[in-house]
Amino acid sequence: MLLIHCPYCEEILPELEFTYAGEAHIARPADPSAMSDGEWRDYLFIRSNVRGPHYERWRHAHGCGRFFNAVRDTVTDRFLTTYKAGEPRPDLSSIKETAE
Amino acid sequence: MTAHMYAFKPGPLAASSAVTVTLLAPVGRLSLRAREADLPALSKAIGVDLPRRIGGRASAGTTEVLCLGPDEWQVLVAEAEAPRLIKQSASVYEKAPHSLTEISDREITVRIEGSKAAELLTLGCPRDIDPLPEGEGRRTLMDGATVVLWRDGAQDFRLDMWHSFAPHVIALLKTGCAELAAE
Repeated sequence: MLLIHCPYCEEILPELEFTYAGEAHIARPADPSAMSDGEWRDYLFIRSNVRGPHYERWRHAHGCGRFFNAVRDTVTDRFLTTYKAGEPRPDLSSIKETAE
Repeated sequence: MTAHMYAFKPGPLAASSAVTVTLLAPVGRLSLRAREADLPALSKAIGVDLPRRIGGRASAGTTEVLCLGPDEWQVLVAEAEAPRLIKQSASVYEKAPHSLTEISDREITVRIEGSKAAELLTLGCPRDIDPLPEGEGRRTLMDGATVVLWRDGAQDFRLDMWHSFAPHVIALLKTGCAELAAE
């Protein structure tokens, strides 16, 4: 089982309390009606599917109830960091250093 | 299976030399959601200083408050006191907008105490029970059902659960109660 640090509770908790919520930092377009069908499809469905550090959303569903963001390595399944929703995307090279 | 509130009779559910499980009498339950800036006014209206840290508890008289999330609190109060509390917080709504919802009929509470109470919880709770300080509480899981766990003493817990999940959780607690005594 994964152990996940919740940035709101400030505790390291079992994965069972959390739910995965897809890729992070995908902003809804301000004016959807101005977009072409292709652009709208890309917004809805096309994800980066990275191999390595992946920015993703999680929700502490059976706890504080908050959505937050995490950087998880999709190869090793290791969480490099977690941070509160709304905070800027952390710099990858610095979090890799602190995680190691 | 439908589990109506009236099907739950307060009293002992299971008892062994290791642990006893008791269904507690009904209590007024309120769910409070509010923004940080409005907390001082609300604390004054409710009569309890609302804890800011997740898991923190505060109480005054029959009122007991547990902070569940950054903007969410669970308020327990004697049934007769609940209408007064709702009225008081409604009186500050204009200057401190919030949501106070009565959820008394949604949940029931069991008390778990005895020398192996913490061990009984480990049957269904993925969280490590030991680091949870006495006098605090958390929302967590019990065998798939969301519960609110209150730690009143080293081996003294209360478990709030939705009454629809209660037959399942109580059955697990009963089995565990007998199992721990047989060890």
